[in-house]
Amino acid sequence: MHVLPALITVLLLVAAGYAAGRIEALRFFFGAVVPLAAVAVFLGGIAWRVLRWAASPVPFRIPTTCGQQRSLPWLKHARLDNPATGWGVLGRMALEVLLFRSLFRNTKAELHAGPKLVYSEEKWLWLAALAFHWSFLIVFLRHLRFFMEPVPAFVLALQNLDGFFQIGAPVLYWSGVIILVALLYLLARRLWDPQIRYVSLFTDYFALMLLLGLVSSGLLMRYFTKVDIVAVKQLAVGLITLSPVVPAAVSPLVFVHLFLLSVLLAYFPFSKLVHMPGVFLSPTRNLANNNRARRHVNPWNYPVKVHTYEEWEEEFRDKIVAAGLPLDKE
Amino acid sequence: MSETVPKPDELVQIDYRPPVRDWMHTPVQFRRGTFCYAAAPKNLKYLEMPNPRDWQPMDEDWKLPENWREIILEGMRERLEKFRSFRLFMDICVRCGACADKCHFYIGSGDPKNMPVLRAELLRSVYRRYFTLAGRLAPKLAGARDLTVDVLKEWFYYFYQCTECRRCSVFCPYGIDTAEVTMLARELLNLVGCNINWAIEPVANCFRTGNHLGVQPHGFKDSIEFAVDELEDLTGVRVEVPIMKKGAEVLFIMPSADYFASPHYYTLLGYLLLFHHVGLDYTVSAYASEGGNFGLFTSHEMIKRLNDKMYREARRLKVKYLIGGECGHMWRVIHQYMDTMNGPADFLEVPVSPVTGTRFEHAASTKMIHICEFTADLIRHGKLKLDPSRNDHWKVTFHDSCNPARAMGLLEEPRYILRNVARHFYEMPENTIREQTFCCGSGSGLGTDENLEMRLRGGLPRANAVKYVRDRFGVNLLTCICAIDKATLPPLLDYWVPGVEVAGVHELVGNALVMEGEKPRTTDLRGQPLASIQPPEVTHA
Ligand code: SF4
Ligand code: SF4
Repeated sequence: MHVLPALITVLLLVAAGYAAGRIEALRFFFGAVVPLAAVAVFLGGIAWRVLRWAASPVPFRIPTTCGQQRSLPWLKHARLDNPATGWGVLGRMALEVLLFRSLFRNTKAELHAGPKLVYSEEKWLWLAALAFHWSFLIVFLRHLRFFMEPVPAFVLALQNLDGFFQIGAPVLYWSGVIILVALLYLLARRLWDPQIRYVSLFTDYFALMLLLGLVSSGLLMRYFTKVDIVAVKQLAVGLITLSPVVPAAVSPLVFVHLFLLSVLLAYFPFSKLVHMPGVFLSPTRNLANNNRARRHVNPWNYPVKVHTYEEWEEEFRDKIVAAGLPLDKE
Repeated sequence: MSETVPKPDELVQIDYRPPVRDWMHTPVQFRRGTFCYAAAPKNLKYLEMPNPRDWQPMDEDWKLPENWREIILEGMRERLEKFRSFRLFMDICVRCGACADKCHFYIGSGDPKNMPVLRAELLRSVYRRYFTLAGRLAPKLAGARDLTVDVLKEWFYYFYQCTECRRCSVFCPYGIDTAEVTMLARELLNLVGCNINWAIEPVANCFRTGNHLGVQPHGFKDSIEFAVDELEDLTGVRVEVPIMKKGAEVLFIMPSADYFASPHYYTLLGYLLLFHHVGLDYTVSAYASEGGNFGLFTSHEMIKRLNDKMYREARRLKVKYLIGGECGHMWRVIHQYMDTMNGPADFLEVPVSPVTGTRFEHAASTKMIHICEFTADLIRHGKLKLDPSRNDHWKVTFHDSCNPARAMGLLEEPRYILRNVARHFYEMPENTIREQTFCCGSGSGLGTDENLEMRLRGGLPRANAVKYVRDRFGVNLLTCICAIDKATLPPLLDYWVPGVEVAGVHELVGNALVMEGEKPRTTDLRGQPLASIQPPEVTHA
């Protein structure tokens, strides 16, 4: 249902970026103002989101425990899946954030005749998600070469690693291929799997297609059409030093790439993409399961109406006496 | 079993294809057998809860307060500010679907709104409409929708079709816990008086008498005494059970079903033998006569209101610490909420086993330990005289109850006990146990007869795993440490896997315990002949 509108929206954005690159009067606006504004919205928006989450307290300590608790010393405690200390939590969070530990557990349930329920390993989602996020990070870091002079050593090292096999000229970066394949898989899965398609919203397709547009325009520029790298670098350095220039040699395709990135940045804080900072705050993952060892305080813990022993004794006095049970108040 | 329920081979014809119509515009159908009846007004009145009235979910008119929408939206706003979990879980779901087929209700029904992701979206769509910029500006594109009576009805149906088991949360890459969403959604529904009697009646009873079943002090005493007499008949040993004894070392709190329902009752017999065996100085209370807490299925406030009596009674009786019996959701409350809500328990002492000297440091603040922790420690120190052959008539498997597994991590203690008190123990497949355990399908107040079809559907994954070990190893006993399990698994297994019985872990402990001064045991605690006893030779005159 939502696929087409999302596709059309992204295509319109591509067209807008391209047009802006061709219309002299718009070049500065789209090449400098929009990107800078987008970065501001991104940073401000993320800060606002995180602060808003942080403003709501964590009244109860509710980790989801995924292994043996720490109780009796001779029982093997699952330090990472059911951490009892801050270090354990750190380990658990690192596994979640860096390796997508929970997604790794994924299985597929199938009902066979009998009836017989079968749960099989289903690692493709995990693999695609991990591949996408890690490649995105690498691609992002590689882009620092446009923004920094001299190019930091780690960026060069990363670049060498990424282009390890020295295939083609310009050298093929693996991250670029992997990110494209991963995104296509994620999109195909959303369309293919009837359940996932059923729950998908416009924003789910839009985010994927926006990223696909961003990645493809990048790949297009690197491998298929020539863009003036010097001009691009001038533009990039201008942006990061807040003294933007938009050289005439910057081609419209760069504008497409830049505009899609701007939209992504500005959209990020207002969409599900906030899962990126959000995962760090998830109370089922980032709290130690030391509930009975250390008291957790709820800042809004208020007094409630209870049924005290005295009231209870009063109400059931006759029966307590008849049963021969002790009374507090004779 | 009610006649309206289809046969297993019909029920298992599950259509997993989602409807063509998009979910936001598919109103809910209240089909008999798949929902619970509304709370009786007398119970709501007693608890001073909003909007008591006569109504039923299949009625057209739910007799909502006139400003029901404002009440709900205001309730949401308040909770978004009070619970980071709530705001975060409303914001960060990416609809990846990793949780989708992890829910037993989805597996058993094929209804896409039972996929945890969609269950939560029912609420998220409303959240987006009223609490996010995108949803206010472009509701269609943001996946936002108005809060209407139809939406409210849908909430009622699906949030009372989630057992708050947390299985989905194990698989979510962000730890989104649909159980938490359900808990908050139910709080919202409670604000306008949309609640179910199977949850509210136990709450009302518990608030008044101290326990779900409404057992009053004399009834409590009678059933304990009955158990003592029965134990004497079975074992020849007369145990003593001090009721409300001041100055005892330990206050023992169990779910009321243990002293009033079967097969829970045999677990009670097990506890009593165990305490006698090690000479524990303990007491039980007719006031704090319930470990379970259906407040957990109602609201955070109600959890606190009901759980108050545990510490209150411990203080009055001047005990040193508490031990809690076999109950699943009770342990979620004790482990994750009690200390925060009703603590600090600074008038108690860190639990120390009087038999082994073990200091239970992990309960240093809450001062309450699980009976399985207590028993496992006893066995480890060789303090129990056990004859596991007395459980030879059982081929045993263990069902991890949702809450001890996923809100605590009590996985190995019961297994250690079982391996020591029984000789034939078999695990179910690994995707169905420990943190991946499947719910009984009847938790969180849904275990009522009118909801039987849905319970049987939700229980299918659990029952199917039991079937696997029954067919493969001849398992004939499913053990567990949960009162709701003990009540609802027997009919579930009868339906899907006949021939498998249900028991508490401490029932098997009781069978195996060799008591001082006991008479030769010929039966187990159920009065069934032991396998090791040869049938007496029949001589004909
Ligand atoms: S696994 Fe988590 S993020 Fe994915 S759909 Fe389910 S709740 Fe949303
Ligand atoms: S908590 Fe359990 S019942 Fe509820 S949605 Fe998640 S898996 Fe389903």
